[in-house]
Amino acid sequence: MIKATLRRIAPQLAILALALALNFIVFPDFFSIRMQNGRLYGNLVDVLNRGAPTALLAIGMTLVIATRGIDLSVGAVMAIAGAVAALAVTSGHHWTAALGAGLLAGAVCGLWNGFLVAVLGIQPIVATLVLMVAGRGVAQLLTEGAILTFNDPGLSGLGSGAILALPTPVWIWVGVALAAGLLVRRTALGMLIEAVGVNERSARLAGVDSRALLIAVYLVAGLCAALAGVIVAGDIKGADANNAGLWMELDAILAVVIGGNSLLGGRFSIAASLLGALIIQSVNSAILLSGMPVEFNLVIKALLIIAILVIQSPKVKRAVYLLRASTGQPARETRPPAPRRPAEEGRT
Amino acid sequence: MRHSPRLPLYVTLATFLLALIACVAQFPAMLSWRVAANLLTDNAFLGIVAVGMTFVILSGGIDLSVGSVIAFTSVFLAVLIRDAGIHPLAAFALALGVSTLFGAAMGAIIHHLEMPPFIVTLAGMFLMRGMAYVLSTDSVPVTHEFYGWLQSLYWRAPDGGRFRLIGFLMILTFLLAMLALHRTRFGQNVYALGGSAQTAQLMGVPLARTTIGIYAVSGGLAGFAGIVYSLYTSAGYSLATVGVELDAIAAVVIGGTLLSGGAGFVLGTFFGVLIMGLIQTYIVFDGQLSSWWTKIVIGGLLFAFILLQKVLGWATTARIRPATASAARS
Repeated sequence: MIKATLRRIAPQLAILALALALNFIVFPDFFSIRMQNGRLYGNLVDVLNRGAPTALLAIGMTLVIATRGIDLSVGAVMAIAGAVAALAVTSGHHWTAALGAGLLAGAVCGLWNGFLVAVLGIQPIVATLVLMVAGRGVAQLLTEGAILTFNDPGLSGLGSGAILALPTPVWIWVGVALAAGLLVRRTALGMLIEAVGVNERSARLAGVDSRALLIAVYLVAGLCAALAGVIVAGDIKGADANNAGLWMELDAILAVVIGGNSLLGGRFSIAASLLGALIIQSVNSAILLSGMPVEFNLVIKALLIIAILVIQSPKVKRAVYLLRASTGQPARETRPPAPRRPAEEGRT
Repeated sequence: MRHSPRLPLYVTLATFLLALIACVAQFPAMLSWRVAANLLTDNAFLGIVAVGMTFVILSGGIDLSVGSVIAFTSVFLAVLIRDAGIHPLAAFALALGVSTLFGAAMGAIIHHLEMPPFIVTLAGMFLMRGMAYVLSTDSVPVTHEFYGWLQSLYWRAPDGGRFRLIGFLMILTFLLAMLALHRTRFGQNVYALGGSAQTAQLMGVPLARTTIGIYAVSGGLAGFAGIVYSLYTSAGYSLATVGVELDAIAAVVIGGTLLSGGAGFVLGTFFGVLIMGLIQTYIVFDGQLSSWWTKIVIGGLLFAFILLQKVLGWATTARIRPATASAARS
C-alpha cells in the first residue's frame, strides 16, 4: 500500500525536489530553520504555512474532480466563510462559535452545489459558476463592502498563531489531509468515489448511492474552503470580501492537475494534490526569492500548466506507449492505454 | 412534437422587456436616448467578447482566457503607441493578429492534445494576464490624436445622448456573427460540433479546422474587445477586466444558449448583455443599492436560466420517449 502510494507520487516528489532545489540555488539560506520565541522560522516553514489555503482547497477539489466534477465556487465560499466568522466574532461571540458559523456557511454552500449537481443534474462547471458569481456578492453584502476587521486573539490565532513551534495553519491542513486520507483509503469510500467518476451510471446500477456521494464530496469541498477562508481572515485579522480567495479556485485546480489527477474523474491521490499545492507555493517562493519581478509569476505558472498538460495528454501517453512497444523495450505500464474516449466525455 | 429551439430566446426577450418595464415604471427617466446610448457604450467590449464566447459555448467548449486577452491587448496597444511610436491603426492590426493566433494556438492544443477546453484556456488566462503584467504593471495612458478622432465620432440623439463609435462596432459584430453562424459552412459546423462531436466527425465536419477556427474567433474578438476597451478608457491597464470571462459566460447563458452546446442564438447573447447592463443602470438610478447586488442578481438569473434549460430538456425527453422516461429518471 505504502509502496504503491510512493510510486504514484514519485513524479510529484521529483518536481517538488526540483522546485526546492531551485529555491536553494537562488537563495542559499533557503533550508535554514531557526527557533525564535518558541516558534520555528524559515523559508521552508513559510512554504508550508503559506501553502495552507491552497492545500486545504486541494483536498476538497481532489474529491470533487475524482467524481468528474469541478468546484469553481471555492474562492467565493472562502470569502463568505471569512465574512461570517468575522461578523460572528465582532458581534461578541466566542471564536469557536465564529469558526463554527464559518464552517456552517461553507457546509450550506457545499450542499447547494451538491444539490444542483446531484439532484438537478446540472453540469458541475455551470452549477458551481452560479455560486462563484453570486457568492462574492453575498460576502460583500455581509461585510457591506468594507474590510471587516476584528481583534480576537483566538480567531486570528487560527491564521497566524503557532502550536508546538509550528504555525497553526500547517497543523490544520495536515490534520484535515490525514483525516480525509484515512477516511477515503481505510474505508471503501475512496473506491466508491472513483467508481462514480469513471462511470456514474454503472456505479449506480452496481448499487452505489451516487447521489449521496456527490452531495458529500461537494459538502467536503465547501467545508475545506470555509476552513481556508477562516484561516485567511485570521491571518490578516479581517474579512476582505473583495480579495479573500480571489482566483484561489484556479490554484486549487492547478494543484490537483499537477498532482496527476485526471480532470476526467476516476483514480485520485490526495497526497499527490497536496504535493501539487506545495509545488505551486515553492515556485512562488522561488520567484520571490530570486528577486525576479513578481510579474513573471503568472507567466511561469502558465508555462508550468502547459508543460504538465502536454505530459498528461492522452495522445502523448499513447505515443510514448507505442514508441516503447516499437523499440522493444518492456512497457512499464501493464495496462494498455485507454482507448479514445467518446468526445462528449472530454468536456468539462 | 419538440418545443421550438427558439423558446429560450423568447424567454430572454420576455425577461428583458419585463425588466425594462419594471425599471421604467419606477424611474420614468430611464426610457431615454441617453440611457440607451450609455447602455451600448458601456457594454460594448462585453458584448463583443460575448459574441466570441457564444461561438465557443455553441461548440460545447468554454474560453476562460478572454478577460486576460482584453487586458493584454489594451496594455499592448498603449505600450506600442507610447513607446514604439506606431500608428494606432498598425497597432490595432498587430493586436488583432496576436490575439487571433493565441486563440488558434489554444484551439490546436485542445484538439490535438485532446485536453479539456476548461484547463487549456485556464492556462491561457494565466499566460495572457502574466504577459500584460510583464509589459507594464502601471496604467499606461494613450494620447494620440487618432484616438481622439475615433472617440469624437458619435451620433447625437434628440435628447443629447451620444451613440459612440464603439457601440456601433458592437452591433456590427453581432450582425456579422449572425451571418457567419447561419449563412456559412463554418457556422453550421459550429452547431454540429456542439450537438455531438462524434456525429459531426462521421458527417465529415473537419473537427480540427473547426475547433481551431472557433477559438481563433474567440481570441480575435477578445482582441477586438481589447481595442474597444482601449478606446473606451484611453489607457492600458494590466489589472483591468478581471472576471469579464464570467460576465461573458453569464450573458451567453442568460441569452438562452445551451451550455452543453449545439443550441442558441447570438441575438440571445445581445439581450443577455443588455439585461446585465440594465441591472447596473437600475442600481445607478436607485442610488441606494450597492454594487454587489449586481453579482447577486446576475447569479440568480444565471440559476434561473440554467434551471429553465433543464426543465425544457426534461420536457423534451419525456415527450420523445414516454416509455423509457420513467426508467431514465430512476
